[in-house]
Amino acid sequence: MARKLTVSFKLNGKPVDVVVEPRELLIHTLRERLQHTGPHIGCETSHCGACTVDLNGMSVKSCTVLTVQCQDAEVLTVEGFEQGGVLHALQEGFTMAHGLQCGYCTPGMITRAYRLLKENPSPTEEDIRYWMAGNLCRCTGYQNIVKAVRYAAEKISPVRA
Amino acid sequence: MIPREFEYHAPQNIPDALGLLEQFGDEAKLLAGGHSLLPMMKMRFAQPGHLIDLGRIRELKGIREDAGTLRIGAMTTENEIIWSKLLQDKCPLLVEGARLIADPQVRYKGTIGGDVSHGDPGNDHPALMLVVDASFVLKSSSGERVVPADGFFLGTYATAMSPGEIMTEIRIPVPALNTGYCYAKLKRKVGDFATAAAAVTLRMQGEKVQQVAIALTNVGATPLRARAAEDSLRGKPLDDTSIAEAARLAMSICDPALDQRGDAEYKTAMAGEMTQRALRTARLRTRR
Repeated sequence: MARKLTVSFKLNGKPVDVVVEPRELLIHTLRERLQHTGPHIGCETSHCGACTVDLNGMSVKSCTVLTVQCQDAEVLTVEGFEQGGVLHALQEGFTMAHGLQCGYCTPGMITRAYRLLKENPSPTEEDIRYWMAGNLCRCTGYQNIVKAVRYAAEKISPVRA
Repeated sequence: MIPREFEYHAPQNIPDALGLLEQFGDEAKLLAGGHSLLPMMKMRFAQPGHLIDLGRIRELKGIREDAGTLRIGAMTTENEIIWSKLLQDKCPLLVEGARLIADPQVRYKGTIGGDVSHGDPGNDHPALMLVVDASFVLKSSSGERVVPADGFFLGTYATAMSPGEIMTEIRIPVPALNTGYCYAKLKRKVGDFATAAAAVTLRMQGEKVQQVAIALTNVGATPLRARAAEDSLRGKPLDDTSIAEAARLAMSICDPALDQRGDAEYKTAMAGEMTQRALRTARLRTRR
């Protein structure tokens, strides 16, 4: 068996150490070793975006990243969004705009939208659709997801009249 | 889906990476962004014994201009290309092409060097590289060579790179300011490879074509340079007749693989259509 490696990174701001085979995928480490089941396994082939996490300021599909690539990384999952019992503006937006039905894609959607709004605080609808295109939703038809992201954008960076 | 077992190496610099490559030979694969290789390893189409991750080598990143040449580190990601003001100003074709690759998450990881050196005829950068006269810097333990894009792509997953080499940089001569350009790509949905695509660069002299380059994606075992189509346009006005003839000549070299994206006749027709669209758009952009 390939030798196991110790990998240290920050998960939602807290330092974690895991001992993994090089072939272990980040999604499996997060879900099975670190009990962070917010990122979901959808297609497992880097198409659907359900496993999206934030890795060093990039939205990535954690089914297509090896855990050993994450040494010294900062990893953010949907579990890190709520602070002190208060939902993040995106979580509130998905609630208020009915941006989900079954909810399977939602953690990936929110995590992706988080990075999008960091990069572009007031995206147009076209921006949102283009830069959220790596996340599939089979319920909503996307209209309410776009509305949810716009709700959050407005709440985080209000446009002044 | 879990890859077969392998040993993982994360060198911090190019000499260390070359040393590992030499040490493990055929057993080793280079990991760039990992969005072609890792899926292949998960499917067990690729089963390297040693994975050499280039992700920690800083000198493989970055975009700069140096004496009329754009120099792009091989590990520069697609999103970094999209957000590069320098490329938007000096070689917007590359930005347009990168925007049509895969999806946002894949573009944070996927690299230009990985896309080029993988040799997948479905990848988009190879055709773009052909029409901007790019060349590739290949380093090995015995030195460095610079290989032009023209002649680099030999077949499906086959390029002129030797097993002991690492692609470190992509070099592109800064195109003349009045160069029109377009990458026209037909795909079934976001994230899909091209059904067919055409890359064009174009310079006009008055109403006549002075210089044109046309290359096609995913309609052959390699990207295809449409030389007869280019020759048919040089010195002629770009009108409906000359564009249709160029598209016919471009279609005549297509030999697409059959897959769920359509049969050979359809893909060839789409390559012609993409050629026409790319030429028309490039023409409009020569008038900047």
